[in-house]
Amino acid sequence: MSTGIVLQIAQTLLAILLAPLLMGWVNQCRAWLQGRSAPPLTQPYRMLRKLFHKDAVLAHDASRLFRFAPYIIFACMVLAAGIVPTIVNDLPFSPAADVIALVGIYALARVFLALAAMDIGTSFGTLGARREMLVSFLAEPALLMVFFTASLISQSTELPVIVQTLAHKEFAIYPSMAFAAVAFWMISVAENARIPVDNPTTHLELTMIHEAMILEYSARHLALIEWAVALKLFTYSALGIALFVPWGIAPRGDLGALPLALLALLVKMIVGGAALSLLEAISAKVRLFRAPEFLGTAFLLGVLGMLIHFLLEV
Amino acid sequence: MKIGAQDWNLTQTAAHIWRGRIETVQLPIIAQAVKEEGGQMVALWGSDDRHLGGGYALHAAFITAAGLAWISAALAAGSPESPPAYPDLAAIFPQADRMQRATFDLLGIRAEGVVDERKWLRHKAWAEDQFPLRRDFDPVAAARAELPEVDGYPFIRVEGDGVHEIPVGPIHAGTIEPGHFRFSIIGDRILKLEQRLGYTHQGVEKRFEGMDLATGAKLAGRVSGDTHSAFTWAYCMAVEQATGSVVPARAAWLRALFLEIERIANHLGDLGYLGNDVALAFGFMQFWRLKEDWLRQSARLFGHRYLFDRIVPGGVAVDLDAGGQAELAALCERIGQEVGELKAVYDEHATLQDRFANTGICKPALAARLGLTGLAGRASAQAWDARVQFPQLPYTELDVNMATGRRGDVLARAEVRFAEVYESLRLIREILARLPGGAIHEPLQAVTPACEGLGWVEGWRGEVLVAVRIAADGRLDRVHPHDPSWQNWPLLEVGVLGNIVPDFPLINKSFNLSYSGQDL
Repeated sequence: MSTGIVLQIAQTLLAILLAPLLMGWVNQCRAWLQGRSAPPLTQPYRMLRKLFHKDAVLAHDASRLFRFAPYIIFACMVLAAGIVPTIVNDLPFSPAADVIALVGIYALARVFLALAAMDIGTSFGTLGARREMLVSFLAEPALLMVFFTASLISQSTELPVIVQTLAHKEFAIYPSMAFAAVAFWMISVAENARIPVDNPTTHLELTMIHEAMILEYSARHLALIEWAVALKLFTYSALGIALFVPWGIAPRGDLGALPLALLALLVKMIVGGAALSLLEAISAKVRLFRAPEFLGTAFLLGVLGMLIHFLLEV
Repeated sequence: MKIGAQDWNLTQTAAHIWRGRIETVQLPIIAQAVKEEGGQMVALWGSDDRHLGGGYALHAAFITAAGLAWISAALAAGSPESPPAYPDLAAIFPQADRMQRATFDLLGIRAEGVVDERKWLRHKAWAEDQFPLRRDFDPVAAARAELPEVDGYPFIRVEGDGVHEIPVGPIHAGTIEPGHFRFSIIGDRILKLEQRLGYTHQGVEKRFEGMDLATGAKLAGRVSGDTHSAFTWAYCMAVEQATGSVVPARAAWLRALFLEIERIANHLGDLGYLGNDVALAFGFMQFWRLKEDWLRQSARLFGHRYLFDRIVPGGVAVDLDAGGQAELAALCERIGQEVGELKAVYDEHATLQDRFANTGICKPALAARLGLTGLAGRASAQAWDARVQFPQLPYTELDVNMATGRRGDVLARAEVRFAEVYESLRLIREILARLPGGAIHEPLQAVTPACEGLGWVEGWRGEVLVAVRIAADGRLDRVHPHDPSWQNWPLLEVGVLGNIVPDFPLINKSFNLSYSGQDL
């Protein structure tokens, strides 16, 4: 049990520390694909350091909600990082929440971000919050459909059981999971405010979704939010790995498999980050009112995955 | 010269440029005649002529079938109780509205019977009863005057269930010029957009007063930096006309070369920005790489990336040798090829086409009624291009192909840019091949007392106009530079209606209008 706790803490800390690295890698690939010379991999860490050293500026009308929201959002993402298996499966904290609760944790962070954006009453914050809600209320059901497909195969909504079923039982090809994978990719893009739904690098306030909500944040508050954004991308990637390419995640108690598990994680993240930046480089941002179509397609693919499970795999 | 049915007492002062003085009451009549003939108003400005023994004067420039008609009407000096006034022209040419308001802010001459009497260029840098362009304006006293704490401006309010306002600017998140945009929206749909400009007012016209002719060329070029060559050329054209000087042929050809280089630099930048605004950073980076190559070439060959101060009164300041000609021709070849490849990417990118097409539409009929001009006008079937219809040397010998579109959306404006890049590359190669020999500069003729001239050049954004009056001492008396952004800004307000807020930056960029060019 005590090794479990140590591993749990180590795995969560590793996620927190590695998350900005993944962001740096994605940014680096993006720059290369655009034909620019890239910022160093460690750029996000430097950014965080800089922000933590600055003095926070708060709007006159900001309430306590605005000040506490970054901590809550960051905590939510740490919680998610504790639940999603990255290196070792079935750690002590995993049963705390199943996939449905995980969707709830992400939603909690989002609600606080949107409330904080509206708290100071600037038009951009409200604009961003409204758009974020438009995107997320369509993304959440689609994400649940993906989870249900995986749950139908493993007969459980617990992540450790899903990973156990997919990675460590006899190898089987699940066509339903192919549909779910595409749907999951689309949802991840929308939920992490990436192109083609949102543009994380824009300076055009009127086009922003996620960025519009955090325009008024500065210093440590902004650092926490930026870190939480990196963690969200990391946990989403880890979720994708756990559901669709779980091979390599060490089963509980198998300490010898740890080095290989760590290596597998790194390789998958490198490949995943490169793929994300490639898709971003060749896409343009869709018109805001096409985002529902985009997420509607994701939902449809999720449902198709479930139907195909019943047709072919039962 | 006949405009419509009536014969007007105008004399031709240069190729395609006509000059005339009329009575104030005739202003609406001539404007109406121009309108009925299918012409447009280009510019409207005023001048304080009291030191010349008169009162004030109102000037207007119209495009007619025969060329540009520069009309002046003398106004009585008036008094503080009854300021000098002239009949409103905005009812005939809506584009006159903001120019009339600016003319009042700067000179205190009023359009009578006008609907919109709000200030336009005045923020709170000077008091309401002060008029900077008047000769008796005291800048020291004006600077000391008590000014209101808040600079109020009554925006037009849209009311109803779920309608709310978003104020944007004048300070933006990016490094761009300042302007305030007031959106009235329902959800993300734009019900009304109102602009408030004038934040970059620098008193350019006041600065011109008493300046010598050579320094004036530098200032004219800095009215709007991205249109440097067009403004300098228009200014020089006006000064040369006023002094009766003739520019050597080689200088005229080199001026056209600079103008086309400027056009390509701006179009390449804009095409990149249009990609960036739909988050296609690839397009942004590629077009800006080409623009950078282009600017560096200018720096190498002519000594300045943006060709600043290369055009001077009497000719040009820099020559091009045979080696430079070959280098420039080779770069044109390469840029043309690469732009073609990038155009294929833009053309086949489904999301980009979806964002561009049917966004920010200015229908041809509306564009004609409101006077949309230049590049944006040509994308809405307003087929005016001074290089084509009213060419000056060397365009008289070049046969420019005008690029036009009918859709009036972002896509049409992008396509006009592509077509103009190709055409300008072709023109540059032709200019290089046919560049005549000889001198590149000829000193100006001596100034005859109180002479005037008007320069008219098709800049990359649209027609650029500079009117110049030179005093007897050989220094500038009154200069009015006119940027096509004056006419096009109001069309942006109309073009965004019914679109969604996140599409505004894209629509705005597709026009890419100048703030400093109209704030002066």
